Amino acid sequence: MADIVSPLPGIFYRKPGPDKDPYANEGDPIEAGQTIGVVEIMKQFSEIRSDVSGTLTSFAVEDSGTVNPGDVIATVTEG
Amino acid sequence: MAFSILEPGLATSVQDQGRLGYYNVGIPQGGAMDQLSASMANALAGNAATDAVLECAYLGPKFTTDADAVIAVTGAPVEVRVNGTTADQWTRLSLTAGDEVSFGMLSGGTRYYIAVQGGIDVPLVLGSRSTYALGALGGFQGRTLKAGDVVPVGPAPTSASRRLDSIPDELRPAYAREVSVRIMPGLYDHRLTAEGMETLVTASWKLTPVADRTGLRYSGPDIEWKPRTQPFGAGSDPSNIVDAGYAIGSIQVPGGKEPIVLHRDAVSGGGYAMVATVISADMDVVARSAPGTVTHFEPVTMEQALTARADAARIRRSVWE
Repeated sequence: MADIVSPLPGIFYRKPGPDKDPYANEGDPIEAGQTIGVVEIMKQFSEIRSDVSGTLTSFAVEDSGTVNPGDVIATVTEG
Repeated sequence: MAFSILEPGLATSVQDQGRLGYYNVGIPQGGAMDQLSASMANALAGNAATDAVLECAYLGPKFTTDADAVIAVTGAPVEVRVNGTTADQWTRLSLTAGDEVSFGMLSGGTRYYIAVQGGIDVPLVLGSRSTYALGALGGFQGRTLKAGDVVPVGPAPTSASRRLDSIPDELRPAYAREVSVRIMPGLYDHRLTAEGMETLVTASWKLTPVADRTGLRYSGPDIEWKPRTQPFGAGSDPSNIVDAGYAIGSIQVPGGKEPIVLHRDAVSGGGYAMVATVISADMDVVARSAPGTVTHFEPVTMEQALTARADAARIRRSVWE
């Protein structure tokens, strides 16, 4: 299991836009470097990426939830 | 000499003490958000207080130096790495040509400062090296840094200034999750009901993620405005006024919801009533607040505000004496 952690505070979004599909869903296969969401702070959107390949097991933060630096956003089962 | 920016960070910008004297024509004073931390970084690097530093918000840059350099990192607590090895904050650091500086995750606060001996040597624009990104003015090409930028560093000062090795613990600012911010009511506090003003100064306000160099928005209870027939030239909401100049640190409450503290890059005037103003001594406290920080606005008199300003100036001066 690998945690995907937010390096910055802000609002976490799972979709690139209100009418768009989520970057990733629970159960999806994930490649290392793949974007799983964005965090908005100071009117800027920073992509949150997975460091590992595997399966996205679960999100720990809901869509539009508030995050702080170090908060776990999602976990990935490696492999 | 110069720093080569490999990764820019979220919003890294060149800042100094600010651009004074142009507020009347709509150019904010700007400058480092947390002036005390920026000043302490310069003191450690052996600079003058007026030299320009790099201000890093949340995510810092990764850069290399092309010559030996003396730097210092102050401000929000963050892991500093030189060639991957952890180094201390609030302490003078020596770099060798080719060294790579990078940063880990913040553990509090919002912004940290990198001073380098000689200062960041961008051109003066209207008397300051501060970046006013909204106006594309000053700093490095009027903007925050990008990967590939080569940021010039000035020559080391020839007169040997007193060299401070590190900032004593008791002088380092706090990065608390709950803060008290002193305010003076006015200029438009008479537009609030008594209950409205009571709410402003007694509620626990939580800083939202809507916070940058321009202003910071707080969530909490609604604040009640006195109803009135709006005068000609004012907007339709009771929080609107006929345009007026904004004092630096003004607090506005558009629509009676979510007070906003205007900070160093805010506009100099507009049509929202300013119900109170953060005293100058506490602007750094606001600047250090991370989203989620619980904030209490504490009303003080002009006399108390001036005493606080003198106390803050004494602490700022103490690292230069």
